[in-house]
Amino acid sequence: MTSGWTIESVKATIAAKKVSARELAAEHFKRIAARNGELNAYLTLSEERAYAQADKIDAAVAAGKPLPALAGVPIAVKDVISTRGVRTTCGSKILNNYIPPYDATAVSRLEAAGAVILGKTNCDEFAMGSSNENSAYGPVQNPAAPGTVPGGSSGGSAAAVAADLAVASLGTDTGGSIRQPGAFCGIPAMMGSYGRVSRYGLIAFASSLDRIGPFARNVGDVAAVLKVMAGRDPNDSTSTTAPVEDYTRELKKPVKGMKIGIPKEYYGEGMDSGVRAKITAGIELLRTLGCQLMDIELRHTDYAIATYYIIATAEASSNLARYDGVRYGLREEADTLVATYRKTRGAGFGAEVKRRIVLGTYVLSAGYYDAYYLKGQKVRALIAQDFRNAFEKVDAIVTPTSPVPPFSLGERTNDPLQMYLADIYTVTGSLAGLPGISLPCGKISGKLPVGLQIFGPAFGEARVLQLAHAFEEAGGATV
Amino acid sequence: MKISREDVLRVAELAYLDLSDAELEMYRAQIDEILEYIGKLNELDTANVEPMAQVLADDQTADATLREDVVVPCAVAGDILKQAPDPEAPYFRVPKVIER
Repeated sequence: MTSGWTIESVKATIAAKKVSARELAAEHFKRIAARNGELNAYLTLSEERAYAQADKIDAAVAAGKPLPALAGVPIAVKDVISTRGVRTTCGSKILNNYIPPYDATAVSRLEAAGAVILGKTNCDEFAMGSSNENSAYGPVQNPAAPGTVPGGSSGGSAAAVAADLAVASLGTDTGGSIRQPGAFCGIPAMMGSYGRVSRYGLIAFASSLDRIGPFARNVGDVAAVLKVMAGRDPNDSTSTTAPVEDYTRELKKPVKGMKIGIPKEYYGEGMDSGVRAKITAGIELLRTLGCQLMDIELRHTDYAIATYYIIATAEASSNLARYDGVRYGLREEADTLVATYRKTRGAGFGAEVKRRIVLGTYVLSAGYYDAYYLKGQKVRALIAQDFRNAFEKVDAIVTPTSPVPPFSLGERTNDPLQMYLADIYTVTGSLAGLPGISLPCGKISGKLPVGLQIFGPAFGEARVLQLAHAFEEAGGATV
Repeated sequence: MKISREDVLRVAELAYLDLSDAELEMYRAQIDEILEYIGKLNELDTANVEPMAQVLADDQTADATLREDVVVPCAVAGDILKQAPDPEAPYFRVPKVIER
């Protein structure tokens, strides 16, 4: 069996009739059957749907028709993204048997571009977590560093690509849930600006923060998948009409002279020394590419975690009110309607989800709204303003993705606050709505992957991808 | 102490969430620690800062994105009812409702 497929190699191979889309899908399902028992990256496989799509592509090849951008490319989808007719659990017991009656826009756009959807990937329950250990269906193993967590919440999507069980995958990012697992599993992972990709069909966690984005084996593939998904969708009023640039074509533009901000607040205490050494080497590599490094300030960084956990939990407490045992999912019968709601929710949600519902309900409740929720919204404005000021001086901002390398399974599950604090470098860009990518930036002792993060200004995806591509081409993954 | 056992009970009631005694105490202690941490936001004077509900470009505001109110066909009612724990077409059936 071959491995290490990229979008480019899949397209060339299929177009040359060396391998059919059906054979490629079968090759992936075979690998999944061999490795998923150990990795637990996939929760549900959509073989029927995948083969039907592959056959369409093969028919187009046979007829000599032009092939679309992602023709035959096997893709995995995080289990918080709706797929018509394919079970979608959100990593939760409460949706154990839920089958969506429609596709998310991101999924239908991928399929329209020829992608073959292999199945649904494991994740922290309702995307709440940083290690994938909050899934009701068990943890995921990190294929890049056995024994450690793959990161979260999109741990299954990251692991699937890292282990060659998909060519690309979709994750969702609310406070770092694409970028951090990308860093932990040693692959590129990106979220576009808020509004760049439609959220229609993404099962909501925190609506003002949630975004869909790709994992892939290289930056070019990230650009290709993002481009297919991006753009206005009438079904999501927060999706933007801003034109979508041709990310693939923009990729190879030179980065010499690009001004890169290094925010001192991201390089203080709390960063693992191994991570620091790799990020320092990564930044040095950018300097050799002719980028101009500039020290900048993002003054309110230290307040980002507190702000994020107010806003995200408040929105979650509201969004998750819909799981009441009436229209879908689990129902635990009781004598009255209210008792049924309570029992269903008490039994169906896991510990982290309940913790966030309680916290989110509290910060929104009478007497505490101003002190917590309103305060959080105000500090969010300050954090966003910090970035706007910085982007008047620089083209991009470079930071570590996570202060720590992948940690052992079970190492951090007993202390929620400590787990939250490790999101410090990613939540800032989430609150400000900016595009961000995590790139492989060497491995500590040759074992534990480190991620380097690039932020761009709002709708500056093309620039972020250019810099990412240059970093990758220069050998950033092995600094 | 920022949050009491009674506070957690009241919030669980608002959120329609059954919690065991053990869960109540665990969440109280953990959320107390989190609220203690969140208290650091009070170091910032935000009296003159406008709250930010969402990051939106000019074209993403409600005024810019409201569409014509046109009826479009949507034939998924049957699929939707199939997902319900206790459907009776065209309704969702629920236990009797008693005022709280």
